[in-house]
Amino acid sequence: MILDYETMRLIWWALLGALLIGFAVTGGFDLGVATLLPFLGKNDTERRVIINSVGATWEGNQVWFVTAGGALFAAWPMAYSVAFSGLYFALLLTLFALFLRPLGFDYRSKLPSKKWRSNWDIALCIGGLVPALIFGVAFGNLLEGVPFHFDTDMRSFYTGSFWALLNPFAITAGVVSLSMILMHGGVYLQIKTEGDINQRCKTVVTVFSLLTLVVFALAGIWIANIDGYQISSTISPNAYSDPLAKTVIKAPGLWLANYSHYPILWLIPMSAFVMGTLTLLLSKLDKPGLAFISSSLTLAAIIVTAGVSMFPFLIPSSSALNSSLTVWDASSSLATLKIMLWVTLIFLPIVLTYTTWAFRVLRGKITLDHIHKNDHTAY
Amino acid sequence: MISESIVDLSRWQFAATSLYHFLFVPLTLGLSFLLAIMESTYVMTGKEIYKDMTQFWGKLFGINFALGVTTGLTMEFQFGMNWSYFSHYVGDIFGAPLAIEGLMAFFLEATFVGLFFFGWDKLGKGQHLLVTWLVALGTNLSALWILVANGWMQNPVGADFNYETMRMELSSFGSLLFNPAAQVKFVHTVAAGYTTASAFVLGVSAFYMLKGRDAAFAQRSYTIAAGFGLAAILSVIVLGDESGYTDGEVQKAKLAAIEAEWHTEEAPASFTAIGIPDQDAMETRYAVKIPWVLGLIGTRSIDTPITGLTEILEKNRQRVRNGMKAYSSLQTLRAGQRDETTVAAFNLNKADLGYGLLLKRYTDKVVDATDEQIDLATKYSIPRVVPLFWTFRVMVACGFAMLAIFVLAVIASSIRKCRQNWLLKASLYMMPLPWIACEAGWFVAEFGRQPWTIAEILPTFLSVSSLTELDLYLSLAGYICLYTVFLVIEMFLMLKFIKLGPSSLHKGRYHFEIASGASL
Repeated sequence: MILDYETMRLIWWALLGALLIGFAVTGGFDLGVATLLPFLGKNDTERRVIINSVGATWEGNQVWFVTAGGALFAAWPMAYSVAFSGLYFALLLTLFALFLRPLGFDYRSKLPSKKWRSNWDIALCIGGLVPALIFGVAFGNLLEGVPFHFDTDMRSFYTGSFWALLNPFAITAGVVSLSMILMHGGVYLQIKTEGDINQRCKTVVTVFSLLTLVVFALAGIWIANIDGYQISSTISPNAYSDPLAKTVIKAPGLWLANYSHYPILWLIPMSAFVMGTLTLLLSKLDKPGLAFISSSLTLAAIIVTAGVSMFPFLIPSSSALNSSLTVWDASSSLATLKIMLWVTLIFLPIVLTYTTWAFRVLRGKITLDHIHKNDHTAY
Repeated sequence: MISESIVDLSRWQFAATSLYHFLFVPLTLGLSFLLAIMESTYVMTGKEIYKDMTQFWGKLFGINFALGVTTGLTMEFQFGMNWSYFSHYVGDIFGAPLAIEGLMAFFLEATFVGLFFFGWDKLGKGQHLLVTWLVALGTNLSALWILVANGWMQNPVGADFNYETMRMELSSFGSLLFNPAAQVKFVHTVAAGYTTASAFVLGVSAFYMLKGRDAAFAQRSYTIAAGFGLAAILSVIVLGDESGYTDGEVQKAKLAAIEAEWHTEEAPASFTAIGIPDQDAMETRYAVKIPWVLGLIGTRSIDTPITGLTEILEKNRQRVRNGMKAYSSLQTLRAGQRDETTVAAFNLNKADLGYGLLLKRYTDKVVDATDEQIDLATKYSIPRVVPLFWTFRVMVACGFAMLAIFVLAVIASSIRKCRQNWLLKASLYMMPLPWIACEAGWFVAEFGRQPWTIAEILPTFLSVSSLTELDLYLSLAGYICLYTVFLVIEMFLMLKFIKLGPSSLHKGRYHFEIASGASL
């Protein structure tokens, strides 16, 4: 049987990555747009143009995130339980910030009051900025290792603090994710708008594509010097999910081990630089549609770089090395992985089909005129 | 041992956030269908007023929907955040329906809700109608999957404990999906949602009729809500999920607790309409009993007895003892000694492992538990009767009150003479009832499952995350503050738009837009 446990685990590692990329590419632009809102919109109508550029689609985009969470729960329950309880306040902060989005989008323009609207604009900005930053900070912490261990009943204990999450490397990773999301949001907004806002977007894309690439490069140099992790015992990729059955070592530079084994993998981080530069150029040349594709690929390349560097680790433990969660020992049972694969194979194409249809129906620029005409129905 | 205060705080937080979430869900479930019905009428008759109805009730739907989405995020996150051992122990099974819910339902609902609001000018009539129906389908499918997950917590079928991974693992997806407990709960819950939305539309329309505003709009809305509501409340009552309480031992204990049935009665059991239950004495004082009724409701037969709590406790005492044996074998297995005899010994008592885990509340060394500790664990193995007994009766009373009003409302919709002011007032003041009933219903379902998160498998107190009291105080305070502010804002907007009525659509033909104040 080709679909043995090892293959299924690899597939689910890839699928989790695909869902995260799906979220970055779709939810990423609306987080970016929301963050840019108070800075790019100089008056109420302009701000409504910006909000309505994502108003009809942000809700569907966010489902990528919710589904990635569900998939993590279903396919990697240990990773879900360790990460969500360990990074408790980081998650709580993200959650509280995300709360502001449905309310901000839906409630903001329901009342004419200036104060009401400007407060919701700030709320929407926070709702974009905080998650965009924290997702990166979380990835940074995963790369550094999270202080947790299991007892014999497989109950997990997190021994770090919230403030420890905000260390320099993690913040650097946070800057990468925030700036790439701002770049992406800028590109999307460039597609959906015209005139002044459109021009301002170009500046945003220039600044944040450069920042993304510079800080991404910095993080890359940094990662060569921080502790990476490696399984030091024999790997049994078809065994039951028991994280305590292996031994793990950590040493500086181990996160680059995969690249020295398979040098072709260098193409992934390199493509992030190529695509990022291309995004900048295409945006400048007023080809925002193509820039959106290259921006999406930049995001994908950056996420895949992080995943590939850590492979097979999902959550390395910095305090009890052997408790680390890897692709080989933190998954669901084979039966669950298989059923979930079938469900995904059936429903993901359907989702992609109607999502594409929805974007097609809603294509076209949002103009100042459009807002004036739809004063009572637009967000 | 896990601190009681951590367990209590985690439970309070879950109760608060989930009950709060369910203030918005039932309206979304039902209103999405009512919108689809209204828009279907528009497409079939071509009358603009039905489009206005879809758009106006859609506005209120949107205000409610936003908070449903907001509070739903918490639900998805907090299994991992606050119930991490639960997530580890049963994630293999429980995670699947949640992930499927995302793929099959949330995407549908969320993608098309955007088109519902912003697609009026971009889509053909038929296309937009399809979009509205897909929103309704999406919301209801999401209810299906979440109740498959919840039904499994009540009656965990199709799963098996694996000592290698120290968790439950899926053995039959079919059993999980077709779990009778889940099916009954699904029907009961969505019907409750339809009832809620109908009561909402009925009440608000009655308000306009009492004010003499927008008569044509209000009467049509009233009629649709009355008809849909009557069908819904009948389904809720007839397909009450008490009929699912014969599946699974914990469901039986829940039923006995709801009815304060201390001892097994000869079939068919009588129904205690009212009384004062006393758990220590195991008796109900001043009980008013109606013969046969409980047996009929609970078992749909006249010859199947309903097990009483005394008998359940007796059985559970033995199961705690078996659980100790299972736990002892499990310790040996986990220590690495995996010979056939140990595996066989474990398999023999595996079904009672959860009852052994109940002892962890009283001792760390489950295997050496004293008789006194076994006694305590046994007593702890059934839910507390008094809160269940009363909450259930509150729910049922709300249900029957709504039934009466919906019946009258249907009559009044067809016979003009019957449209009396007192009935309209009753329709208006009835509005809180479905929410009270929904919240009471969830309380009965979840409190009645105690002391378990997963019936007979994982006790609630073991399910929590390894957090500190401070962590929980901070997060609970955060939720309470934010949710309170959100609720105030939502109610403010809701009331504002209800007061404005269809005039808020700016179509130029409703009450506040017409100088004379006369309605359409």
